[in-house]
Amino acid sequence: MSPQRLGLVAVIVVALALPFVLSNFRLFQFTLVFVNAIALLGLNILTGYNGQISLGHSAFYALGAYTSAIMIDKWSVPYMLTLPAAGLLCLVAGFLFGIPALRLEGLYLALATFALSLAVPQILKYFEHWTGGSQGIVLSKPDAPFGLPLTPDQWLYLMTLAVLAVLFWLAANLLAGRTGRAIVAIRDNPIAAQAMGIDTALYKSLAFGVSAAYTGVAGALSALVIAFVAPDAFNVFLSITFLVGIVVGGLASIPGAIFGGLFIQFVPNWAQDISKAAPWAIYGLFLIFFMYAMPLGIAGSLRILWIRYATRARRDPTGTPVGSLSKQ
Amino acid sequence: VDIFFQQVVSGIATGGIYGSLALALVMIYQATDVVNYAQGEMAMFSTYLAWSMINAGLPYWVAFAATLVIAFVGGIVIERVVIRPVENAPVLTIVIVCIGLLTILNSLAGWIYTYTQKPFPSPFPNRPIRIGNVIFGAHDVGAIAITLIVLGLLYVFFRYTTLGLAMRAAAQNPASSRLVGIRVGWMLALGWGLAALVGAVAGMMVAPVVFLDPNLMAGILIYAFASATLGGFTSPGGAVIGGLIVGVTENLVGTYVRFIGTELKLTVALAIILIVLMVKPSGLFGRSVVHRV
Repeated sequence: MSPQRLGLVAVIVVALALPFVLSNFRLFQFTLVFVNAIALLGLNILTGYNGQISLGHSAFYALGAYTSAIMIDKWSVPYMLTLPAAGLLCLVAGFLFGIPALRLEGLYLALATFALSLAVPQILKYFEHWTGGSQGIVLSKPDAPFGLPLTPDQWLYLMTLAVLAVLFWLAANLLAGRTGRAIVAIRDNPIAAQAMGIDTALYKSLAFGVSAAYTGVAGALSALVIAFVAPDAFNVFLSITFLVGIVVGGLASIPGAIFGGLFIQFVPNWAQDISKAAPWAIYGLFLIFFMYAMPLGIAGSLRILWIRYATRARRDPTGTPVGSLSKQ
Repeated sequence: VDIFFQQVVSGIATGGIYGSLALALVMIYQATDVVNYAQGEMAMFSTYLAWSMINAGLPYWVAFAATLVIAFVGGIVIERVVIRPVENAPVLTIVIVCIGLLTILNSLAGWIYTYTQKPFPSPFPNRPIRIGNVIFGAHDVGAIAITLIVLGLLYVFFRYTTLGLAMRAAAQNPASSRLVGIRVGWMLALGWGLAALVGAVAGMMVAPVVFLDPNLMAGILIYAFASATLGGFTSPGGAVIGGLIVGVTENLVGTYVRFIGTELKLTVALAIILIVLMVKPSGLFGRSVVHRV
């Protein structure tokens, strides 16, 4: 077994053990870490792999959350079914938004998506009949099915973990294959990609759709986990937090989404513990020093460390690295 | 018809404010190739400094000038200390550092000055100017005049001075600029200083209208960003015109389209901007970027 695979197995074992060790509140926090991680992976597919900056992912998160909440609250749909529904709806919404976004690049795309996330709380309040206006919708936490001896928090944790595992596996396969190479090629050089016969318009819209679907599923999960949705939770700052998460975690990296999820869940709390008076100043300092120390994010830094370690291990006994240029 | 003109005039007044901050955004973009998300908070913080000085008994214009100097130096210091270590990092890393800066400034201002709103004095007389049935606020007219003066000065600076030319060159092609002896790093720092200065002007012009609090700029920055994009990020004049268009559209839409009212007017203003961008993807007055393959 390769060291990477061994590490993965260890992480999964620890993740499965956590619900039987931690308090309900800690467990709730870790569930939110997973929810964040799914949303971050979604954004990372678009921004990290495809090179399209989005400040609008709070909109898809909100769409997912409200899809789930309205289906449960108004139509009493079983909550498990609302997850694929939210994902599908966001896939279509993201794909459709991706089409006009094709004409926009960089800053202009950032503005377009920014406008989307600004508009969402206002629109949600406007359709009060469906969304409950600023009061939002209150749900109840689902109990564990089949009479499993689990508390609702433990069940939600395990369910989120399962969804996370499936979605991460799907993303890894998608990005490792032909589609993934096309998506990355468009980021690195759109003109060359087009010359190679890649349908850039299709793949860019597709990346938008898949990205939105991931974020939508995360939104739906958040509605179940928090058991409450309200328009003001889905503001622009959520979009910015997602962006912070993918950059801190590591752009174009699948495990990076988990590191990012941990960062955006726990670092604001630590900042609060350090200084009650100006917690966000501490958070800002933390963010800046983090970027100084790891400009490529946590996953990027780990990759560099790993490469260093691997090259050192491959050195011959005289201490010269294999393939070094010392002879010239 | 009078109501129409009145709405247009007040739209121009708010638009002037959006325009001046948009101008600051465009400036820093031209001089550094980075959109500075901390711009609004830098302006807010400068305005607080001006407030402190005025409260300490300094005459308005002395405080005004002192604030501009402090903002300029502060902008340079921030670039040298905070931005420089990540100069060569990917753009998104720089964006995140800017977001960190934003939260620090916002939180510090709240900590030092508390979150209660403070009135900020206007240097202009309080009585309105009346032409026909349309009323102009003296502060609005003054604010627009100052914005236009700043714009004019910047235009002259970038167009006709060697330093201005060097700054534009450093942003457009750092490698070649360095080869002809331009100190690129310092040009970037100067760009930040100038943008902080323009932001401080915008802050001091907007504070008498909306009162001073640490979140002063959050809302306005959104409009400024929209204005700059609408005008085109490569055109300072476009930023000001973009600001005026956004201000007027927002006011007219809020007044005349009943079901929208004040709740959805931001959404509608943004939707209009998006439609414009669909037709002209690099803004109304922007040059489209041509890539070399």
